[in-house]
Amino acid sequence: MIEAQGLTKRYGRTVAVNDLSFTVQPGRVTGFLGPNGAGKSTTMRMILGLDNPSAGTVRINGKRYSELDRPLLQVGALLDAKWVHPNRSARSHLRWIAASNRIPVKRVDEVLEAVGLTSVAGKRAGGFSLGMSQRLGIATALLGDPGVLLFDEPVNGLDPEGILWIRQFMHRLADEGRTVFVSSHLLSEMALTAQDLIVIGRGRLIAQTSTREFIDTASESVVRVRGPEMERLHGVLTSQGLTVRDAPEGDDGPAALVVPNASTEQIGELVGKVGLVLHELATKRGSLEQAFIQLTGQDVEYQAGVPGVPGGGPVAPPQATGGIFTPPANATAPGGDGR
Amino acid sequence: MTLLTVERIKLLSTRSPWWCMILSTALTVGLTVIFAATVKGSDVADFDVGTTQFAYNFGLVVMMVMSTLAVTTEYRFGTIRSTFLAVPTRTPALVAKGVVVAGLAGLVGEITAIGSWGLAKVIQPDAPLSLSTANEYRNVFGVGLVYLLASVFAMAIGLIVRQSAGAIVIELVYLFLLENLLPAIPRIGDHIQHWLPFTTGDNFIVANQPHHSDGPPVIDGMPFGPWGSLLYFAAVCIGLFVIGCVLAKKRDA
Repeated sequence: MIEAQGLTKRYGRTVAVNDLSFTVQPGRVTGFLGPNGAGKSTTMRMILGLDNPSAGTVRINGKRYSELDRPLLQVGALLDAKWVHPNRSARSHLRWIAASNRIPVKRVDEVLEAVGLTSVAGKRAGGFSLGMSQRLGIATALLGDPGVLLFDEPVNGLDPEGILWIRQFMHRLADEGRTVFVSSHLLSEMALTAQDLIVIGRGRLIAQTSTREFIDTASESVVRVRGPEMERLHGVLTSQGLTVRDAPEGDDGPAALVVPNASTEQIGELVGKVGLVLHELATKRGSLEQAFIQLTGQDVEYQAGVPGVPGGGPVAPPQATGGIFTPPANATAPGGDGR
Repeated sequence: MTLLTVERIKLLSTRSPWWCMILSTALTVGLTVIFAATVKGSDVADFDVGTTQFAYNFGLVVMMVMSTLAVTTEYRFGTIRSTFLAVPTRTPALVAKGVVVAGLAGLVGEITAIGSWGLAKVIQPDAPLSLSTANEYRNVFGVGLVYLLASVFAMAIGLIVRQSAGAIVIELVYLFLLENLLPAIPRIGDHIQHWLPFTTGDNFIVANQPHHSDGPPVIDGMPFGPWGSLLYFAAVCIGLFVIGCVLAKKRDA
């Protein structure tokens, strides 16, 4: 179990991680999702005590990393597969790390076996391919047989076989009851690997939810309607209590209206009753990537709880047009009486 | 104890420290052997114990390079982070590295010193090379201590700079330029010289020797005697190492 509370990291005036709070549960693979530069690696380094948070705390099984005795027995991490001296053999690399936490030497051969590197154990790690390095990194993380595992972009640059192997490996680790926290900037990969998701953008928490829920919301179907009299069309639809958004001219075609949580039948009948002409009436499913980019591209307005916002899916929540200095529309809603 | 094992595995599981140790010994002992073999017959009477150690700074520099690299390659390849993941309090791991690396440098220093003196004695059996006075013992066996402390100094610079080329350049510029040029400053130069750490370290070896043209110069008017000089040198090196450790603990890895 990993718990972050108000975790913040500033580099000069840049805020890399901003007031991040989340919980990673054991027995599941939790994906840590965000675009490049969102603060994923920085967060992981703070979890592991490599970087000092500017504010906030993060605890592993109730303790700060620096308070752990023989930490490798509790936490295993693969942050960068290249953290190996290139002229040292894989076995020597694991041997010194094992020795540091009084892990028996025979464990070195066990983890080499587990990741399939036994035959190259004596070879210098500098000559390893990316896939082999990644396996060595995973072997390092597994050395102490820890209950908590962190992987930073473990599938980056791997071939499909390697990706599949890592994915299955992580599932196995989670099935054994371990806490598995894995970062990625690829939603499609996380959709297959993780059961839970923590989504961040520009250092802020965007959502903490189950992957299924996140994808259902993200790929929610909407109805696209277009006609010559757009304003009347808009009025007719909203008068029936439907949420209507403007879709500007783009890849999908000319400017149109987008109606979530509706069916083409419903809208067709509505419009037919008032005798409006339609040029387009179609159901569209949002793509995961699109949803992800919209979610993480502009971050300030999109705080936690996206999947729970009624009517406003993550495809384009209603406050999307607010400038960066505009306070979020929902900021005053829950505890507004406090001012 | 476990951390000492860790650092020993780390240091000796790559080849460059071995090369540094071989080079260090070969350079120093080799130069002394050539010197001993080419001493003119008329000069044999002046070929004393102190002279057999004239080349110890060569090996010393190589050992300083090894010590610096023992720290900076960890930063270069990210293994320092693996180290800090294994030992999140950081300081014990750094101290263990200090002990192992400096200990090895000290050992190499002793080997070069004894090797230089022993081979010189074999080559020039008629030279006054027997060890009898405290000075002569210090001339030979003291060299290892200077290696050890110089290694601590080098690791400290490595910890502060965290970058191989930068750290080594700083050390070499300091050692070969600053310590030699600062004394040339008029009026205050002499006073500065008396407090330069490596000059003081050399004083531990060469103090009370007659003036000679080989090896580190004998400087008059040093504030400390030989052992005081060693303590002062040690204080500077260990002080810098403490600063390095504090920085390493405070900084993001």
